[in-house]
Formats: sequence, structure tokens, C-alpha cells
Amino acid sequence: MPAVLAQARGLRKRYRGLTAVDGIDFHIEPGICFGFLGPNGAGKTTTLRMLLGLTPPDAGRLEVFGLPLPRCGRDVRRHTGVVPQTDNLDPDFTVEENLRIYGSYFGLKGSELDERIARLLEFAALAERARARTETLSGGMKRRLTLARALVNAPELVVLDEPTTGLDPQARHLVWARLEQLRAEGTTLLLTTHYMEEAERLCDRLVIMDHGRILAEGSPRELVRCHVEPEVVEIRNAEPTLVTGLSRAGDCRLEQVGSSLYCYTERAAPLLERLRDRKGLVFLHRPAGLEDVFLRLTGRELRD
Amino acid sequence: MHPWGPPRIRLAALAVWRRNLLVWRKLLGPALAMNFGEPVLYLLGLGYGLGFFIGEMAGMPYLSFLASGIVASSAMTTASFEGMYSVFTRMVPQRTYEAILATPLDADDIVTGELLWCATKSLISATAILVVAVAMGALPATPGLVLVLPVVFLTGLAFAGPALVVSAVAPNYDFFNYYMVLVITPMFILSGVFYPIDTLPTTLQDAVQFLPLTHAVALSRSLVAGTGTAVAWVHVVVLSAYAMVGHYFAAVLIRRRLLR
Ligand SMILES: Nc1ncnc2c1ncn2[C@@H]1O[C@H](COP(=O)(O)OP(=O)(O)OP(=O)(O)O)[C@@H](O)[C@H]1O
Ligand SMILES: [Mg+2]
Repeated sequence: MPAVLAQARGLRKRYRGLTAVDGIDFHIEPGICFGFLGPNGAGKTTTLRMLLGLTPPDAGRLEVFGLPLPRCGRDVRRHTGVVPQTDNLDPDFTVEENLRIYGSYFGLKGSELDERIARLLEFAALAERARARTETLSGGMKRRLTLARALVNAPELVVLDEPTTGLDPQARHLVWARLEQLRAEGTTLLLTTHYMEEAERLCDRLVIMDHGRILAEGSPRELVRCHVEPEVVEIRNAEPTLVTGLSRAGDCRLEQVGSSLYCYTERAAPLLERLRDRKGLVFLHRPAGLEDVFLRLTGRELRD
Repeated sequence: MHPWGPPRIRLAALAVWRRNLLVWRKLLGPALAMNFGEPVLYLLGLGYGLGFFIGEMAGMPYLSFLASGIVASSAMTTASFEGMYSVFTRMVPQRTYEAILATPLDADDIVTGELLWCATKSLISATAILVVAVAMGALPATPGLVLVLPVVFLTGLAFAGPALVVSAVAPNYDFFNYYMVLVITPMFILSGVFYPIDTLPTTLQDAVQFLPLTHAVALSRSLVAGTGTAVAWVHVVVLSAYAMVGHYFAAVLIRRRLLR
């Protein structure tokens, strides 16, 4: 296997006046789970489409499996599974037929396809619903079927665009478990998400994207270590006098969001000591996480 | 794939055709009711009704004249409807093409597969009409009837390309009304389905020679009636030209819509 499964240099895509992807570089090693984390409109889907040869880049170089894109899109897609952002299952077919028809697009048929379908129905916990029409499935089942469908060609790389958006916690955990299983079997995963928990749990490496640019890259731990202080104290209903008091003390970086105040610090103990004296103050002390990095890098204003 | 390059035709496109066939098979009942019911109504209502007053037209019973015209016009409407409403459904609300494009198939395969499928539906509908017409005694069961089938398939291809072009630029379903009222309906009325075109004013007679349906009707009528025509090759060339030019622009515009 090559040391690099996918790499991009100066990759750029413009739509009329808008730069959706603005000169990004990345490289993805085989066998890992690589994440694109970014708010709405960051350019995640556009990047994935370019990786599949479906959107022609305006500039830059892009290779997957050592094949140049978009020229070799078909060869790349032959060995890639895709879970799109919005489900696009075939409503005219049953669960099993969806897998069968999709397999036919890869030229698969016969007993090999039969075996694969049986295995995938088990994998997706859909064996009981094999003959159900897709319209009768719950959101979680549809997502699992979409994941099973993405595996019908036994891909080396699986690309997932927000695989768990809109799912309830149970359904989300089942999808996560399946993705962890796939990675353990050596499949490279490439996913986009705006769930920190998902990125923290699944991704070996990730990039944080915004406005078409990559703002930071690393493992979830590295990102937290490099970009924010290790401890956070969140204070609800902080009065202005408290805020001025804390900022004068100068031992933590303050960020105010709505009525909450976030104090980022190397060592929270002295701060906690001071806060404890105040009656009726609600606060939470926790280690910094990816969300803190994300909000620090992408800002706190609303998107869309 | 260059955005303006000629469409690439690959065997893989048959996977798209086959998908549509399997969906069609699921809805076989209503589909066949439509295919057989409509010509029965046309032939009974117009053929017998009008035929009673008209008697003969262009040297054949009006019922035969009408049946041979409707075979061709139904190839037109069937392919056009499939290429517009059904293709748009698969392209936009249903996102079927998005799913297909995540596989080794590409936009050109989708276009080729859809064109073949539109023509296949034309073939199905024309076969139903021929069966009904023969059963009603409107057409003699001659070997010439079988030759109508490839003509109908070609007619389907000639109309499928333009329909896909319209789909590729359509923002919504209502947009198809323009094409129906400006293109399909006038052709239906002017191309010799209901009366011979030599009854039209001469300028209009020259103009309708540019319409593919005129050639489809002339060719299928000559085959049905067994009269033959000296200019059969002209009809075939015109229909093929529409099919090829339509295929080209359908490929260019569908690529533009899907691969952005
Ligand atoms: N086909 C297109 N035509 C015009 N603009 C587009 C097109 N596709 C994407 N864009 C724009 O490019 C930008 C990036 O879009 P993209 O879909 O890649 O973002 P995203 O990170 O996937 O966002 P989300 O989390 O909402 O899915 C957005 O501003 C979007 O409006
Ligand atoms: Mg997206």
C-alpha cells in the first residue's frame, strides 16, 4: 500500500463570486480515520466531491490511490465507498434491492454479490428488514443502509459526509461502532462532521476548516494541546463586576458567549478558590476539548 | 472528460437502463393499463367516430391512417415524458444520479442509459398500439409491422435527447410546460398524424419537413400500409441526426448540471 492514500496541494474551487475551497493542502495515510471538521459552508462537501472526481477543481493537484483527479475519478470510485450528506436511497426498491442495484453499478453480480449482501445486511443490523421498502425505514436504518451500500464494492476508502447528522444517540452510537469496526479491519475512513464528540472519538487526525481554508491540523489531542489552555471554567450568569474582576486578575483568558463566561487557564485551582467564595454562582470546571479549539479558531458567530 | 467533448458510449450505461427497467417492472400493472388503454380510446373514439365521416384518407381507411400515425406520435410523447418528468425526478428530488455518480459510472453513462430507456419505453408503447390496432382490425397483420419497431425505437431516441436537454436546464417541473406547448403539441398536430401534410399551406409543408415527427409518421405509415417509400433513407437520416445531436447536447448539459 502507498504511504499516502490521498493528497492535495493548493486545492481550490470557486463558484461565481464565492471561494468554496481556498487553496488547501492535506495528506491522508492509509488505514486511519481522517476528519474534516468545520461549520456550515466551510467547504467540506466540496472537498469530498473533488476527491471523488465529481467536482473539477479550479486549481491545485489532487491524488487518491496515486491517481490524479478528476481525470481518474472512475478508477478512484471503483475502490471507494461513499455515504452522502443527504440519503439518496432508491425509493422504488426494497432494502435488499437497493444493495443489489448499487452492486450492479460496480458490475457486481451472482453469488459473490449475494454473499456480500447477506453479510452487509447483518453488518447494518437490517437482515430482518431486507424486504421492506426504504420509505418505511427510520432515519437510523436509512443511514445504516446507506453505509452498507457504500461497502458493497469492498472499498479501501470510505468517504462519509456527516454520517450521523440528524440521528438520535442510539442510532449514532451504532454507526460509530460500525465505523470503528471498519477501521479496525484496515479500511481508511474520511469523514466530515460538525460534532466534536464524533471527531474526538473516531478521528486519528483531523483538519479544522472554515471559509474554504484549513485552520489547523493534528490529532484531537494535539489540537487541544496546541490551541487552547488545558483547563476551562464555565460560569453561568456572570455579573459584569465579576467579569471585570477576573480580567483584572489576568490569570485566564476570558470569552463571553451569551450569558456564559468561559475562562481558559493553565491552572484553574486559584480561580476556583476565588469563585467558591461567591454565593449562588453556578460554574463548571472541565478539561479543554475539541469544541474549545473549534470555537476559538472559527469564532462564535452564527453561520449560514 | 472535457465539458464540451463528444459523449462517451460505454456498455456500463446498461446498468442505468436496467435499473429503470426493474422499477418499471414493479409498476407493470398501471404502466400497461396506460399503454393499452390509451390507444384503444384513441382508435375507438377518433378512428371509428371520425372515420365514419371521413371514410378513406390518403388511400387507406381512416382507422389505419390514424393508427399508423399514432404509433409514431406515441413514441414521441412517451420518450419526451420519460426524458423530462422521470429524468428530472431521478436527477433532482430523488437524487438517484447523485447515488450513481458515486460509483464507477459517470454522467455520460447516465445520459446513454436514460436515452436507451426512453427509447425502450417508446418501443413498449408502440408495441401495445400495434397489438391493439391489429386486434381491432385497424391494421393488417403484415410483416411490415415488425419493421415499424426499429423505426419507433429510433424515434424514441430522436425525442429523448431534446427531452434530456430540457431536463438539464429545468429549474422545476413547471418548466416542461413550455416545451410541451411550444414543441410537442404543435408537432403532434402538424406532422401528419391526423391528416396528410399535403393539405397544409405550402410554406408550412416545407417547414414541417424539419420536424422529426413528420419523418417518423411518414416512415411508419409507409411500412404499415406496405406502400414503401422512395425516401425512406431521408427519414432515417433526419431521425438519426436528431438522435445524435440530441445525445451530444444532453451529455454536455447533464454533465454541466451534475458535475459542478
Ligand atoms: N454547486 C454550487 N454552486 C454554488 N455554490 C456552491 C455550490 N456548492 C457549494 N457551494 C457553496 O460553497 C460553499 C461551501 O459549500 P460546502 O457544501 O462544501 O460546505 P460544507 O462545509 O459541506 O457545509 P455543510 O456543513 O452545510 O454541509 C458554500 O458557501 C456553498 O453555498
Ligand atoms: Mg456539506
